[in-house]
Amino acid sequence: MNIVIIGGGPAGSEAAYRLAGEGYTVDLVEKENSIGGNLNNWHQLFPDRKSAAGLVKELQQRLNHPGITLHIDAEAREIAESAPGKFAVKLSNKTVLHGSAVLLATGYKVFDAKRKEEYGYGIYKRVITSAELENLFTNRALATLYGEAPKRIGFIHCVGSRDEKICNYHCSKLCCVTAVKQAIEVREMLPEVEIFCFYMDMRMFGPGYEEMYREAQERYDIKFIRGRLSEAAENIHGQVVVKVEDTLVGKPLRMTLDLMVLMVGMEAADGSGKLAGSVQVPLYPNGFIRPADPHTGTNLTARPGIFTAGSCTSPMNLTDTLTDARSAAWQIKKWLTGSDKHA
Amino acid sequence: MYYDPFVLPFTIGLTALLLFLAVKYIRWIRTFRKSERRKIRKGMFSLKTFRAAGEVFSECLLHRKIYRTNPFLGYMHTCFGLGWFLLIVAGKTESMVYHTSAFNPPYFAIFFRFFHPAKETFPYSETFAFITDLLLLFILSGLFLALAKRFWSRIVGMRKTTKHRPLDLLILTSLWLIFPLRFLAESFTSGLRGGGSFLTNNAGEFFAEFLPLDHLTYPAWWAYSGMLGLFFVLLPFSRYMHIPTEIVYIFLKNWGIRQGTKFNAFSKIQMYACSRCGICIDSCQLNSSLQMDVQPVYFLKKIRHGKEYESLIENCLMCGRCEASCPVGLTHNALRLSKRPDLSRITKNTYSYAKNAAMPAPAKVAYFAGCMGQLTPTVTRSMERILEQAGVSCTYIDKEGGVCCGRPMLLAGNREEAAVMAEKNRAILKASGAEVLVTSCPICLKMFREEYGLQIRIVHHTEYIDELMREGKLKTVPGEQRTVFHNPCELGRGCGVYKAPENILKHVSRKIDTDFDGKKSLCCGGSLANTSIDGRQRNRIAGDAAKAYAAYQPDVLVTACPLCKKTFATASAVPVKDIAEVVAECCRP
Repeated sequence: MNIVIIGGGPAGSEAAYRLAGEGYTVDLVEKENSIGGNLNNWHQLFPDRKSAAGLVKELQQRLNHPGITLHIDAEAREIAESAPGKFAVKLSNKTVLHGSAVLLATGYKVFDAKRKEEYGYGIYKRVITSAELENLFTNRALATLYGEAPKRIGFIHCVGSRDEKICNYHCSKLCCVTAVKQAIEVREMLPEVEIFCFYMDMRMFGPGYEEMYREAQERYDIKFIRGRLSEAAENIHGQVVVKVEDTLVGKPLRMTLDLMVLMVGMEAADGSGKLAGSVQVPLYPNGFIRPADPHTGTNLTARPGIFTAGSCTSPMNLTDTLTDARSAAWQIKKWLTGSDKHA
Repeated sequence: MYYDPFVLPFTIGLTALLLFLAVKYIRWIRTFRKSERRKIRKGMFSLKTFRAAGEVFSECLLHRKIYRTNPFLGYMHTCFGLGWFLLIVAGKTESMVYHTSAFNPPYFAIFFRFFHPAKETFPYSETFAFITDLLLLFILSGLFLALAKRFWSRIVGMRKTTKHRPLDLLILTSLWLIFPLRFLAESFTSGLRGGGSFLTNNAGEFFAEFLPLDHLTYPAWWAYSGMLGLFFVLLPFSRYMHIPTEIVYIFLKNWGIRQGTKFNAFSKIQMYACSRCGICIDSCQLNSSLQMDVQPVYFLKKIRHGKEYESLIENCLMCGRCEASCPVGLTHNALRLSKRPDLSRITKNTYSYAKNAAMPAPAKVAYFAGCMGQLTPTVTRSMERILEQAGVSCTYIDKEGGVCCGRPMLLAGNREEAAVMAEKNRAILKASGAEVLVTSCPICLKMFREEYGLQIRIVHHTEYIDELMREGKLKTVPGEQRTVFHNPCELGRGCGVYKAPENILKHVSRKIDTDFDGKKSLCCGGSLANTSIDGRQRNRIAGDAAKAYAAYQPDVLVTACPLCKKTFATASAVPVKDIAEVVAECCRP
């Protein structure tokens, strides 16, 4: 029996590998020209600082399985139930794939920081996103970014997350720990630089995260200021002047930064809504796909035969994404062997 | 003496109504402030009274403004307003010609066909009969439209109509029955003893063939008089209070009375002048995007009938679209604002911990970006570029930190807080010595113009840029982008600025005309005035508005307000720019 998996990121790749191992044939659809998804834009992973490229390679090698057919440069456009329990997935290259189950692993997209115009992204030269900082790490370009190494760097948390103004009420979960990880990496590269993190709350939910946060303060001399950035301006030297309220002290604060990093949050990928809509799978108000039940029905959707894996249902770290993908593989197997039809 | 007992219901009803109205209006006007009463006394014997009379004719009788909403809806209202009025005038004239005396009882004209022996002719009697029949037909045709509107309101261009109270529906029925009953009474009389004209005469002959008219005619006159009496007695308790009150409102308005900051007797006059036509419902985006029943018609209705209206006080964008469409011309924003309590907490001492804002460098022109301007650096940068290009020496008075203009507080009802802000800003402005104040934010513009009492010129950046371009100080190249203009509520309807942005965009882009140009522009949903709806609801309003503009397939959606720009940024598929950005891109030295 064939399964169509949409999305070749960590979730889709892991699920494909697991399902192929169970003897199913799998069509894995990826809209870019290689697998890995957003992971391709990362340098190192928290909490163990594993190389992101290494993990992508590992996922890729596992796809060299005779049961897996990879369709790259192909975007899934629409899902239709051609017969009860039979699904047809139309691709942008006119191919139609058929499967007894469809797994949505469409992931997330990074928040477009231009939508928070007051932070000056795309307007001020020295404002970059966390994703771009990862790229600077990979290319070892941070120290010479503006001719000389920055002397003061600020990380702005919750850009595009927990923000009513842009209608993203949800927490993207990972930006806090990413900022801690990135701050430590910066410190390792530039021992003299001053580093500030401007946060609302530090949400250190995963194993080892809270320890990393403590280390960041104690060993790496990174300063955490509780307060949200209100506005940023550029001075004549091209530096970024920020206005923040330090809410623990209760006073407004002005600071000049040589580099400002926006910790961009996660939003539902554009494809999620389109594909889920084509099979009447409901979404949360924030655009992520709603599972059949938040406790007992994860990986399942309101439509039998349509499954989900990874961050298309909510912001998720890599550990949880891969676990979720394995869980999805098991749910699909259960459905296809008929022991749990209409679960 | 012409008299019959059937005239009693009409006469008693009319007398009771007139007494009631006189007492009510006098009591209201007596609570007016001295200065306002002086305005009334002065205005009464001036040209303003003629202007008011003209407005009464065009709005209360002709219903001119309703034609803008829909011609059929306008015609329907003209039938009732002008038709009934002319019928009374024609009847009265006819009775005077017949009786050759101005002093006949009011019922004599109304029931003329009953008292007048049909065979007896008098000067122009046939003409009068023809005119009154024609007018009756005119009214009946309006009635037909009104009936159709009950079942299918789209026929008169209304998507949604007002939900009325049962009592209002009862009196609506009594109003509607008046004219068919008059038609029947006159037709029966004509069928019995002749008279009338093309309508009642023919109908009378028709009815005479199969109805026992000698038994029906007299009861028909009783029914007609009774229905008039019932309508008059019920009128003060129903929405039809708008008929006399609108006239009072128009006169008071023309004599210079305005809605103040408190909900007072003049507010009550406005409230009673609302006809509950429901035109505001379709104009309100809280209805079209969020299906909320919060429009002025419901707000005023709830206040008047003592229902819970508190939840509606805050739930208004104050975009002014209802005001622009209101056929009675009520000042809905001021009315809503008058119900918002002053809960000011900020005083002069609140910010004592903060250092005094740095005083700006003096210059002839001061630029005030405002809070929202500070959050849209693209706008302020474009303005800096434009002013530099035009060689204007300008002081940027809030660049290094400034004070809010105070309008958000004012819109929340907190006037005292707003006054604290205004005082600070006045001092800063004075120190700058500026003669012209330019702002990019229409919200600030309205505040500066209306609440600050400044003696200098206050202009929006669109007005200033337009001026610079006309004077040749700012040179631009024509742009190729197709643009649609979103006129911000506070700029267009709020401050009456329409031409400047239009001129600019026609110069620097290919502006597409839309149905939303001028007074009909949409609200982006970001309004500061509504503290009741949440971000997602705002986003829905913004999304619907953006879609309406996107239908014209522009390359850019242009606005002239930093708040509109920010609101649309999340909701619009088409790129959004401030007009200053578009101009800055087309600047040439």
